[in-house]
Amino acid sequence: MTSLLGLELAYWQSTLIRVLAGLVAVLLLTGGVVYLYLFKFVSFMQSRLGPMEAGPYGSLQLLAEVGKWLQKEDIHTEDSDRLIFGLAPAVVLSSTFLMFVVIPAGPDLVIANLGTGIYYVLAVSALSVLGILMAGWASANKYALMGALRAGGQLIAYELPMVLAVLGVVIMAGSLNLQDIVQAQATGEIFGISAIGNPFILTQFVAFAVFMIAVQAELTQTPFDMPIAESELVAGYQVEYSGIRFLVYFISEFATAVAFAAVASTLFLGGWALPASWGLSDGVMNVVGPILVATKAVLLVGVVFWTRFSFPRFREDQLQRLAWKVLIPIALANILLTAVFKVAF
Amino acid sequence: MTAGTDRQKLQYIAARAADARVNVELETEGMTLNIGPQHPATHGTLRIVARLDGEQVIAAEPIAGYMHRGYEKIAEVRTYAQVTTLVNRIDWLGSFANEVPFILAAERLMEVEAPPRATWIRTLLFEMSRIANLILFLGDMGVQLGAITPVFFAFRDREYVLDQIERVTGGRFHPNFDRIGGLKDDLPKGWLEDTKRVMDKVRTFCDEIEDLLMGSEVFQERTRGIGVIPPDVAVQYGLSGANARASGIDWDLRRDACVGLAYPEVDWKVWTHPDGDSFARFWVRLQEVREATRIIDQLADGVPSGPVMAKVPRIIKVPAGEAWVSTENPLGEMGYYVVSQGDLTPFRLKIRSASFNNVSITPWLLRGVYVPDIVTILASLYFILGDIDR
Repeated sequence: MTSLLGLELAYWQSTLIRVLAGLVAVLLLTGGVVYLYLFKFVSFMQSRLGPMEAGPYGSLQLLAEVGKWLQKEDIHTEDSDRLIFGLAPAVVLSSTFLMFVVIPAGPDLVIANLGTGIYYVLAVSALSVLGILMAGWASANKYALMGALRAGGQLIAYELPMVLAVLGVVIMAGSLNLQDIVQAQATGEIFGISAIGNPFILTQFVAFAVFMIAVQAELTQTPFDMPIAESELVAGYQVEYSGIRFLVYFISEFATAVAFAAVASTLFLGGWALPASWGLSDGVMNVVGPILVATKAVLLVGVVFWTRFSFPRFREDQLQRLAWKVLIPIALANILLTAVFKVAF
Repeated sequence: MTAGTDRQKLQYIAARAADARVNVELETEGMTLNIGPQHPATHGTLRIVARLDGEQVIAAEPIAGYMHRGYEKIAEVRTYAQVTTLVNRIDWLGSFANEVPFILAAERLMEVEAPPRATWIRTLLFEMSRIANLILFLGDMGVQLGAITPVFFAFRDREYVLDQIERVTGGRFHPNFDRIGGLKDDLPKGWLEDTKRVMDKVRTFCDEIEDLLMGSEVFQERTRGIGVIPPDVAVQYGLSGANARASGIDWDLRRDACVGLAYPEVDWKVWTHPDGDSFARFWVRLQEVREATRIIDQLADGVPSGPVMAKVPRIIKVPAGEAWVSTENPLGEMGYYVVSQGDLTPFRLKIRSASFNNVSITPWLLRGVYVPDIVTILASLYFILGDIDR
């Protein structure tokens, strides 16, 4: 028997509830992000209205799009490796959903509270490379292969600055567990003032910047979108996909954006918690927490998309240069300084 | 194109690959990448066969002809008035500019001269089609490099220019407005004032593009030093227009060989850039749009009064003879060589379009660059498929 929000449930019951609740939350958030940013925000940036016909202000457009994709023929190219080709989107999507498992949305609202939470997130997010390489190779298409190899090089290169940026936070919080990191920010104090806690963005702003740049690259969004670069590789590793399999890539792209934004808001912006000095009970935070973390995550996704629609893209070698020569040294220096100050204060 | 010639092309490329001067540190098996005819970077149906080593191009060969419409041949069975309909569709973004050199050549053969008012309005519309054409380039360059926002601004502001062209000619894309001896109609009322307001909008657009795209570090990183064309090579390949001027060649037919247009009457400047790279080509075109707005403002202030049509016979028979007229079109030098035998139709019409020469440099230019730079270089050379294939 396990307890979930005060209810005594069998293990399978609580697991089912957690998974279903997680799935619904993720899909709702992802859909909201797609509508808000991909349909509307970018349209206003580009002096157009975006979808206006399906539902009020086009709010049901996404359903129409999903319906369209479901109807489309699921095409395999003749030379493609059918099994791998079919599995690749599933691998990418599962990597995305696995990330959400440890992201806390309240004192009790977490699917699995792992001791090595942040380590686990970074590990499963790297799994998507596997799916992308599978897609590129199995498509039997030169553009797809080039896109997949670019993605492989890029995602691996940007894992490193991301991990190093996170290390600064881990040193500050003294734990890899995401709940502990949230608590450390809620109970922390700045020069003895505990009114706003100590969100790590104040002390780890360098790590935050490095993390967000690395997120941009991990998500393969412009200016780091050469794996899908539509004007040169047409659509990179996605080029041969259509119908429901393309839909899976689409969901995974935006769900991963939400996942990374949720991780960033947990690590740097205080996550679900309000400062401990405000004295709110766990019961209240279980209701307010999800709203807080979702708001923060959606705002961070906004930053990602704002950047995406403002910049041209780098070239592959320039991207690698940025990772290895700029971001990694900065992240290492940040770790060193964090450790020194941690000992000093 | 048959399979046989395709294979010959590939063999040709493979042979060239052997002696390409490329630093290869890591020996890997090459790959032939077929870019186009349906590819977003080729603005239509240009095809480029590239031999790659990793992401580096060893040799590349452009293959044109997928959109050949045989205008030179069709023109031989069309009357002179009908030919303008055809040539409108050569460079479809700046259509009016295509009509002008043909009409000028026909006028020269007939020894007719358009009245001054017609000449000024021709020049006005010529520059407006330059703006309509180059604005799209300024936005499209962003799309090719991955920034999708500028192109929407480009389409938005291009619409104002097209509206003005439509008010005069009745056609947004294919005006078919030029006649031997003048123009079809006079300007509508209030058009000149509205045009000046539109020019203000175009200037604002240029500033926006300068901030949003040209000022971006990523854009500079992607374009500076990419696809450098030295002036002597540019001349050898017959580049013209902004591509030549970006290599520092101070040559503009509007200033250096102006025939039948009102350019000598206005104060303007030919912009050149010493670098010859993709950034220089973008910069020169941006300045040309700005300069075109200045030209239009001045022309709009001083349009002379009078008729817009000279006296020409109802049935146009062009006396026997040959004439060559070329003008500085948005894409570069465009010329028509008209041979007449005194008939209702041209005996032979040779069209020299700028894009054909401008893309002929690609095998030289693409050797040794990376795949993403193919896109940068093609975008910065700026060709229109109709202008290559005719």
